[in-house]
Amino acid sequence: MANFFDDNEDIQFLFEHLDLNEIATAQEDGFTRHDGPGREYAPLDARDAIDNYRRVLTIAGDVTANSIAPRAADVDLQGNTLNDDGTVTLNACTRENLRALAQADLMGLTLPRRYGGLNFPSLVYTMVTEIISRADASLMNLFGLQGIGETINAFADPSIKDEYLPRFADGEVTGAMALTEPDAGSDLQSVSLRAWQDNDGQWRLTGVKRFITNGCGDIILTLARSEPEIKDGRGLSLFLVERGPRLKVRHLEDKLGIHGSPTCELVYDDTPAKLVGERQLGLIRYVMSLMNGARLGIAAQSLGIAEAAFRVARQYAHTRKQFGRAIERLPAVAEMVSDMKIAIEAARALVYETSRVCDLENNNLRVLETDPPTDKAELKRRKGDARVLKRLNGMLTPMSKYYASEMCVQVANDALQVLGGSGYMADYPVERHLRDARITIIYEGTSQMQIVAAVRGVCSGAFEKLAQEFEQHEYFDMTLHLLRQKLVEGKELTLKGIGFVKERGVDYMDLYGRKLVNAATTVLIGHLLLQQAAAATKQPPDGQCQHIAVAGEHKRLVAHRFIDTNLETTRRDMALLCSGDTSVMTHFDTLAGPPPAAS
Amino acid sequence: MSYHCIVCVKQVPDTSRITGDVMKPDGTLNRAVLPAVFNHDDLNALEAALSVRDSHGGTVTVVTMGPMGAAEVLRESLYRGVDRAVIVNDRRAAGSDTLATGYILSQAIRKIGRYDFVFCGRQAIDGDTAQVGPQLAEKLGLVQITYFEKILELSDRTVRLRRNVGNGWEVLETRLPLLLTVLDTANEPRPAAARRVMQYKRARTVGEAACEISAAMPDATEQKRDAEQAVRIEKLKMNDLLIEQWDLDDIEADLQWCGISGSPTKVHRVQSIVLTKEGYTELPPTEEGIRGLIHELIVDHTLG
Repeated sequence: MANFFDDNEDIQFLFEHLDLNEIATAQEDGFTRHDGPGREYAPLDARDAIDNYRRVLTIAGDVTANSIAPRAADVDLQGNTLNDDGTVTLNACTRENLRALAQADLMGLTLPRRYGGLNFPSLVYTMVTEIISRADASLMNLFGLQGIGETINAFADPSIKDEYLPRFADGEVTGAMALTEPDAGSDLQSVSLRAWQDNDGQWRLTGVKRFITNGCGDIILTLARSEPEIKDGRGLSLFLVERGPRLKVRHLEDKLGIHGSPTCELVYDDTPAKLVGERQLGLIRYVMSLMNGARLGIAAQSLGIAEAAFRVARQYAHTRKQFGRAIERLPAVAEMVSDMKIAIEAARALVYETSRVCDLENNNLRVLETDPPTDKAELKRRKGDARVLKRLNGMLTPMSKYYASEMCVQVANDALQVLGGSGYMADYPVERHLRDARITIIYEGTSQMQIVAAVRGVCSGAFEKLAQEFEQHEYFDMTLHLLRQKLVEGKELTLKGIGFVKERGVDYMDLYGRKLVNAATTVLIGHLLLQQAAAATKQPPDGQCQHIAVAGEHKRLVAHRFIDTNLETTRRDMALLCSGDTSVMTHFDTLAGPPPAAS
Repeated sequence: MSYHCIVCVKQVPDTSRITGDVMKPDGTLNRAVLPAVFNHDDLNALEAALSVRDSHGGTVTVVTMGPMGAAEVLRESLYRGVDRAVIVNDRRAAGSDTLATGYILSQAIRKIGRYDFVFCGRQAIDGDTAQVGPQLAEKLGLVQITYFEKILELSDRTVRLRRNVGNGWEVLETRLPLLLTVLDTANEPRPAAARRVMQYKRARTVGEAACEISAAMPDATEQKRDAEQAVRIEKLKMNDLLIEQWDLDDIEADLQWCGISGSPTKVHRVQSIVLTKEGYTELPPTEEGIRGLIHELIVDHTLG
């Protein structure tokens, strides 16, 4: 039987390589809490927990490979249907897929056991998200909305949690987050949907939301202006709305890709709503947290789409013969296919590392909020960790989303190119993968917005600190050691660029943001790939010598080529950055020419 | 009205992974090189039973006959939501052919007691006989409907259902109880449910618990092991994790109908057939090419 977890050697490798012991122990509070609801499936120790992670990933790999992937082409063709009464009917395949995910208990992966969730760390959630996206990118959007449950769990009152979370965990309901409006896209501070209280004190919402993924779902977390006198983000609160006659889907978008995921325009007609958490914290605290999780989700989705596209191209390059040989032996194709594989592994290294750091942060915050240590030194340490991890994630999350989604578009594009004319036709799935890929660099914040967020972390010390930490790794292997030296040089170049940018101000920083974030990402991923190469080369504990040797050689070569090719780009980019060129800003009108006359 | 369903399942070698060294020189199967899996059609049988229970209420009990390791298919069944799981495990049952297996299963089902439906997979991939289901129905004196695909209507004690007869469908109506053999086209088996996996991965039969204790305490006295086993079994019971294990005495089986003595089937000869590839034909993707292919298939009687 096919299995999208078992057949993915890189995910298998990372599952062993990343320190799941530490993550599982933090996630389960040191395995001290075996009582309470859900205790019958609580893990007893780290080994037990990791065994659970592996088993659940295997289930996800089975369902995706054997049930979901075979239906993906139909999902793409059929899309969903808007009914006259303002409801939406999901296509039959997507309904089947959701049912299978619910039956497998995968819809409450990270929720606490108290509500029927699995209490899994976000690292495993990221892996499952990737696996699902490989099978059907559009299904990930519905699966990934379990972040709604997470947000409710993190911020809502206990009564709301008790009422809704078990329904999320059972897969009985799906959620949506309604943020975007016609005039509030990247700029969420200008959200205008009105929240008001009627004479009975009941909150009601009035207005329109646009581009809402799964807006036809059952539970919609909605960002609305509860303080009309405050015009910025501090006037916004978060509300929970249930699907009902006063909430209608007015329009279903016709779009390039992810056809299985319904994108809705929602009309709120004095819709009754429940306040989540405190007033005024809607955007600045809750949505920011929600979006960080969602960004990591899109990063994982990007990995899955890229993996799917790569596999088609890899197979095709191997079997397609031209000029008397398989096209994989043609230098141009060999380069494309190899670089696709390297790019996927590079992005996966970063995204999984980010998930791991998120787990450390989330679990530390949970302890601080629910059960702060009484020992003063311990409390101080945890508070210090919280600050460091917050800064680190503030950089790593947008960096991951940006890097993985850009990689995804590039890989899907190259995959289509490997297939040539056949790839452009609907006979092969790569054209679908490319259409699905294209949204990843737009939604949950465009690449440009991710760069704005990431570059601040890059310039404020988080990058330098992390790079220095990575530099502490000693490599006894000479090749790896020399590559590490190159990364140190890459860091120095980047720091020089950062210094130059800082003297010129914020606009200059944003102008060269992409180049700076690319340079920093190259250094960080380079280190992660070196660590992987070192781990893969280690002597195996029990036999399997040949397999490990192959994996070790592969990882070494991946690290080598990644670092060499990307550091070249860094050199070029930092030279341009240090030239002080601002012509696209200062001479914009001349360079871009006048806007075309309206037709 | 709720219904009590029994599903017969079998652990089989995964014949989809057959490689060159799977047959021993004497023509018997080298089971060690093939992983053991849940017989595919039996998963469809299980799904059919679970969906009857999900829509109408009732229970699903799964029963298997086999060596100790076969308890794995019972755990797999627990992961998918069955209420009760039973293994019939007895050395004296070794060598049973389909007739003896049908008899032993019928005795086990009698011991389970009340039932409205008995579901079996159409056939097992290791023997491909498709006989155990029908023989079991005869032993139990039940109506049997083979090649079942779908329940069209179920009310009170009457069921209307569809079976696939190869070149069409037959719609039948009958009264409960009955035995169905289920096709793989009947449904899409549900996946294992994560929460149940995390819980029931610890479920054990008495035999398995004993084996694990022996392996963990190789130097302990028998007395010590017995004491440890009693504690372990008590713990399993308390947590609802003890899988029922019966031997032939438990199900009051008449030994002359079991194992070798109850098996009239004589294997005349087992042949190891090695298919060798003799080159290939490349067909041009044109009308002409397709016509040539069809002609060739008609000539060698693959078609028509």
